[in-house]
Amino acid sequence: MAKITFDGIEVEVPDGTTILNAARKIGGSVVPPAMCYYTPLKGSGGKCRACLVRVAAGSAKDPRPMPKLVASCITTVQDGMVVENTTSQQVMDVRKGIVEMLLINHPLDCPVCDQAGECDLQNFAYEHGVSTTRYEEERRTFEKIDIGPYVQLHMTRCILCYRCVYTADQLTDGRVHGVLGRGDASEIGTYIENTISNDFSGNVIDVCPVGALTDKTFRFKQRVWFTKPVNAHRDCGHEKCTGHVTLWYKGKDVLRVTARKDEYGEVKEWICNECRFEKKETSDWTIEGPAHIDRSSVISANHYELPVINPQVIADLPESTVRELERNPPLKLGGPSGNSF
Amino acid sequence: MGRKLLTEHVNVEGIETFAVYRKHGGYRAVEKALKMTPEEVVEEVKKSGLRGRGGAGFPTGLKWSFLAKPEGVPRYLVCNADESEPGTFKDRYLMSKLPHLLIEGMIAGSYALGARTSYIYIRGELLYVLRILEKAIAEAYAAGFLGENIQGSGYSLDLHVHPGGGAYICGEETALLESLEGKRGNPRNKPPFPAVQGLYARPTVVNNVESIAAVVPILNMGGDEYAKIGVGKSTGTKLFSACGHLNKPGIYELELGVPVEEFIYSDEYCGGIWKGRELKAVVAGGSSVPILPKELILKTAAGENRLMTYESLSDGGFVTGTMLGSGGFIAMDETTCIVKNTWNFSRFYHHESCGQCSPCREGTGWLEKVLHRLEHGHGSMHDIDLVVSVAKQIEGNTICPLGEAAAWPVAAAVRHFRDEFEWHVTHPKEATQPGAVYRGNLVMA
Ligand SMILES: Cc1cc2nc3c(=O)[nH]c(=O)nc-3n(C[C@H](O)[C@H](O)[C@H](O)COP(=O)(O)O)c2cc1C
Ligand code: SF4
Ligand code: SF4
Ligand code: SF4
Ligand code: FES
Repeated sequence: MAKITFDGIEVEVPDGTTILNAARKIGGSVVPPAMCYYTPLKGSGGKCRACLVRVAAGSAKDPRPMPKLVASCITTVQDGMVVENTTSQQVMDVRKGIVEMLLINHPLDCPVCDQAGECDLQNFAYEHGVSTTRYEEERRTFEKIDIGPYVQLHMTRCILCYRCVYTADQLTDGRVHGVLGRGDASEIGTYIENTISNDFSGNVIDVCPVGALTDKTFRFKQRVWFTKPVNAHRDCGHEKCTGHVTLWYKGKDVLRVTARKDEYGEVKEWICNECRFEKKETSDWTIEGPAHIDRSSVISANHYELPVINPQVIADLPESTVRELERNPPLKLGGPSGNSF
Repeated sequence: MGRKLLTEHVNVEGIETFAVYRKHGGYRAVEKALKMTPEEVVEEVKKSGLRGRGGAGFPTGLKWSFLAKPEGVPRYLVCNADESEPGTFKDRYLMSKLPHLLIEGMIAGSYALGARTSYIYIRGELLYVLRILEKAIAEAYAAGFLGENIQGSGYSLDLHVHPGGGAYICGEETALLESLEGKRGNPRNKPPFPAVQGLYARPTVVNNVESIAAVVPILNMGGDEYAKIGVGKSTGTKLFSACGHLNKPGIYELELGVPVEEFIYSDEYCGGIWKGRELKAVVAGGSSVPILPKELILKTAAGENRLMTYESLSDGGFVTGTMLGSGGFIAMDETTCIVKNTWNFSRFYHHESCGQCSPCREGTGWLEKVLHRLEHGHGSMHDIDLVVSVAKQIEGNTICPLGEAAAWPVAAAVRHFRDEFEWHVTHPKEATQPGAVYRGNLVMA
């Protein structure tokens, strides 16, 4: 086990845990945003740089600070490590810069984007961005591409997190890579089409943090915050599919089916294309009840919920830290939108 | 005239063949190494003080001693011959003229590290050099210096040449390893470092061509002797590829410590600035290092002569200094437009960013576009601060050092030549005349 101090809060995690997952154990607003890391996908992370944090002390043995900010999603904890996230002005400034970089070539067509309301980039920009842009140049655009009958790729909105690449690679056989070109001319390779017809291709929609990969059977049907998520399951014959899904209702109609996501937007159980695209009647499913809603979701509340510290961890915390937390909740976020959190 | 340890025999007729190379003392270093223990070879390299010639200047002996050596797991030595940095063309020269020098270094190095298979990853565009190397490798196999049981020593080594993936980024050591494994050349996140998990997730050392070649004279003369050449922690000789507005551009092997002024102006080296013009600025170590104006490249801020050493070139940090880098020495005369040159460099980095991490992928393009605007007379004063700010947003926040390589030249150009950028804003008509260049208050067309 390793004990670390994250934004002034002590937490103990097994050796080999990443800083990000240690922070997630604390929960609430101290958790760094993650735009590319995705726990179930091997090799993911380290790319978007949204999760950069400052390591003020490397370990108990070697308490020197690390010279550069590190990607918390791929950096493992050391016993005695001291990490600063929301408590470091440098981290907050750099993060603002990352938002800016991710947005300069982004179309920001949220009003017509199916992802709006459950978009990681929207949330990230809302929490850390500034409201003006310094970018005057023409933005990069791509043609929309249909990849298979169910999925549309809108490359213009892609942030090159590589999650879909890992998903296609790890859930399906015989596929190695999906990025063509380099730099800001990189695109998700259309030869993804070859594999997108397989039974699990729909999962790329769920992992995509933005509206670059969308469900064609749901396109323009409804804003997600007007739909109601309900957990359900069915006896799916597919060997790799558990049949555990979330149904998104508008009135009595099932508008779309997705895999279930946790509070960090991560899918824990992949679902097959039949469950996702072909089963849109209530009678296809056994209903379990309303789905838990994401911490920063606008879906039901129409505003950002106040983040909370995970009470489970509070119980394990030293008395002094709990007192400190009560006096000084770690909700300080830099930037003009900080207060609206 | 300084000593030449690498290129002494470079002009000998037929030196690219095994027979002639051998006649001029070739493969003595391998014979010597095979009589030593691998640890002793590493020790000699440590004692030599040799610093990596690929750009970062990390001590080679130390790097070798960090290599993980788990029982029963293969290890690799990989030679980085991807040389693609604008201004740098020394490795190509060395390999095409003296292929056996690199091969000899590879054998000695592989023996020291306990590698049984080694690779030379060569820039794909240098196909003719790859052919030269392949021919030389075949000769070395035939002469019993590669393959099974080299010279009866019991040590066996296979050496392969692999053509690169056609991208500058494949010269970054972990991108190189990805590419060598047959994947897209994306740099890896570190840690793990190659010394622990490199090629095929095995312990690996990646070294520049020149670093590996330098092992040959080090073994021949002994590490201590080698360390006596040079100044301070800059030991031995180093190849510089001099280019730009010089009377005698070309490859020069220098004992580290030659004054920059002597290197530029003496007839023994570059012979001064061409066409009788004035020197304006120098990029001393390949396009990634900060540009310095004439006054600061010839003398440090403290007024001391600047020397061709790692320490002297970086004296003053990035405020008034630069870096030795890969030894790509680009001299610019008074007719050079710094704004245009900066834009040109940033175009290169924009084109070469692999696109994995957001600050570099987006930032390099942004820099290029704003610099393009400034160069073409459409910029504003605010744009000058903007490029500095974008460069700062990239620096230190990326996966690999290409981000810094793109950011540093821009920041340095504005730092030292801000008035020239401002002139492009205030005098767009004049600045966009063909060949126009800012010289204080004078405009030359
Ligand atoms: C973008 C980029 C390109 C590079 N290209 C080269 C190259 O072409 N040749 C080279 O030797 N090192 C190159 N390097 C440096 C290598 O990553 C590595 O540091 C070097 O090969 C180590 O060898 P050395 O210790 O012998 O210098 C490059 C680094 C970066 C970040
Ligand atoms: S991907 Fe997100 S930020 Fe981009 S347009 Fe869609 S909702 Fe808006
Ligand atoms: S399409 Fe979506 S999941 Fe794939 S790389 Fe782009 S943003 Fe990531
Ligand atoms: S810094 Fe640039 S070249 Fe290096 S990994 Fe990131 S995007 Fe690729
Ligand atoms: S989530 Fe860590 S770098 Fe993207």
